[in-house]
Amino acid sequence: MLFSENFKIALRALRANKMRSVLTILGIVIGVATVVALLAIGNGATASITSSIQSGGSNLLTISPGRQQQMGPMAGQSRQVSHMYYADYQLLERGLKTNITAIVPVYQASYSVKFGDESFTSNVIGVMEAHKDVRSFTVAEGRFISDGDNKAQALVAVLGGTVAHDLFGDLSPLDKTFSINGVKFQVVGVLESKGASLGSPDDSIFIPIETGYKKLYGETALYNNKKTVNNILISVDDTAAMDTVSAQATYLLRRSHELKPSEEADFNVMSQADTLSTLNSVTQTLTIFLGAIAGISLLVGGIGIMNIMLVSVTERTKEIGLRKAVGATRNQILTQFLIETVTLSLLGGIIGILLGVGIALAFSVSGLISSVITADAILMAFFFALSIGVFFGLYPAMRAASLHPMVALRYE
Amino acid sequence: MIHAEGLTKVYQMGDNEVRALDGASFTIEKGEMVAIMGPSGSGKSTLMSIIGCLDVPSSGQYSLDGVSVESLGESGLAEVRGRKIGFVFQQFNLLARTSALENVMLPLTYAGISGKEREKRARAALERVGLGERTHHAPNELSGGQQQRVAIARAIVNEPTILLADEPTGALDSKTGVEIMDLFQRLHRENGQTVILVTHDAHVARHTERIIRISDGHIVSDEANPNPIQAGAPRNDE
Repeated sequence: MLFSENFKIALRALRANKMRSVLTILGIVIGVATVVALLAIGNGATASITSSIQSGGSNLLTISPGRQQQMGPMAGQSRQVSHMYYADYQLLERGLKTNITAIVPVYQASYSVKFGDESFTSNVIGVMEAHKDVRSFTVAEGRFISDGDNKAQALVAVLGGTVAHDLFGDLSPLDKTFSINGVKFQVVGVLESKGASLGSPDDSIFIPIETGYKKLYGETALYNNKKTVNNILISVDDTAAMDTVSAQATYLLRRSHELKPSEEADFNVMSQADTLSTLNSVTQTLTIFLGAIAGISLLVGGIGIMNIMLVSVTERTKEIGLRKAVGATRNQILTQFLIETVTLSLLGGIIGILLGVGIALAFSVSGLISSVITADAILMAFFFALSIGVFFGLYPAMRAASLHPMVALRYE
Repeated sequence: MIHAEGLTKVYQMGDNEVRALDGASFTIEKGEMVAIMGPSGSGKSTLMSIIGCLDVPSSGQYSLDGVSVESLGESGLAEVRGRKIGFVFQQFNLLARTSALENVMLPLTYAGISGKEREKRARAALERVGLGERTHHAPNELSGGQQQRVAIARAIVNEPTILLADEPTGALDSKTGVEIMDLFQRLHRENGQTVILVTHDAHVARHTERIIRISDGHIVSDEANPNPIQAGAPRNDE
């Protein structure tokens, strides 16, 4: 018997119980839609993180404090946060010569900022003049922090786009005076908005780092009476030299920190590529994790289909008996019921894919996350739904096929 | 053409063995119209299922058109049912929400006959049972008598060797029952169709030319019925 005949029989049976068919495939629809939407959103998040990191300059090395692990029998129990010092910056500034565009220290902390009645907490970053080029910032109005500001420990600030708007509304922020933690600063520049991406300066306030140490941070920036920094950024002039510069910086810092060769470094040197791969592995893990949850709902959907098919086989025992009486073989009955289940799950799969794509597009349109729908994800969802149909359809179909014709005909 | 020798069927019911059929032997020639008669529990249903190749005997031999059925596997039996047996059941057993035409086409579908030929033959079968006009009605739009006619059309569409009817008038009122018996007699008379009626009703059985009585799994009598009741004739002595 032709496949198309079986397909027609299956469609007729499904149409006969419309409501039941719809409810049966709901599990598959939800499962597939979740898989497709989650993968699209996950891919979108990864893509936007990648592009935002790359927009920050691909020739950037970031040195940040690492955790120092104490060796010994209590290993792992006594961890303490290590620090980076301003002295480390000066050491690198002196020691690194070739392939370097700029080396800058960064000290950042949260402070309450106030202008008129407007008051909120903001991220305040102490920087040097070269920071602007290292991070590829663009100044929209006024100027960036200069070396002169640092020398003079001037009370000046440059605002990120969002902060400027939040603090001053529609007023022009230039030359206005506002306070950071009670200290008055004058606005000398506003940065161009970079949009909501990782490392965006929109939500930050930039001040000269020397001003910060002297007039704002106070004791909090000191550790063992030495000035600390959060990061040291090194801009390298050639991507090919990244590894060399990274190795030199590591060597210099290890020597100055007096680390033995066996000791773990108390700092991290990360390139943008490292940051990228770390973040990507995080988002990938998240995507897989969420995908697995969606997969479980697919599994539940499959069990639902199997349940309904078993009921359907019982309900249609007489029909099966009749079909066998008029010449249907075991295989033909098996195929008929299998096609019914596969049709159900494929239908669920297709509706689920459409729904999932719709959800992903809705996320894009709403501006939450620009989702990326890939053919891989859709194909995967499709074949997953198909195999669920086959897997969960096989048992009910075998039950139907193995019914004894006489017993089936007499079934009440 | 049907030859049964010492047919025995034993069912296992828990710890008990039930001999539903115990050594039944008979021969039915092509073109005969026979009734198999017996009360419920007599074994006539078991006999019917063996004659109809729905089941195989525990022991004994059954051959249909010279082919021994015991040796056939499941798919072999299915093929014999599709090609040589036409079933008519008490409850009609039509597929719901499926037109008369499609119901009649069902055996042809399983026999692998192409769409066009299938429809032509199904229409012809419906003509023969007098339902040429109602081919597109679903079973629930037809009366009981009409539904049984569709079932008979389905049974004869493959031109089977045997038309095997299990209490075909049992679910019908007496007037419609007479019409259905007339249809069986007409198919038998005009086409030489072999008809086997399985019934508990002596009146129905008397419409055939030979009555095999069965009780407790044994054939108790096998007699010719020289003057069968003619269902189509005007009633006078009934």
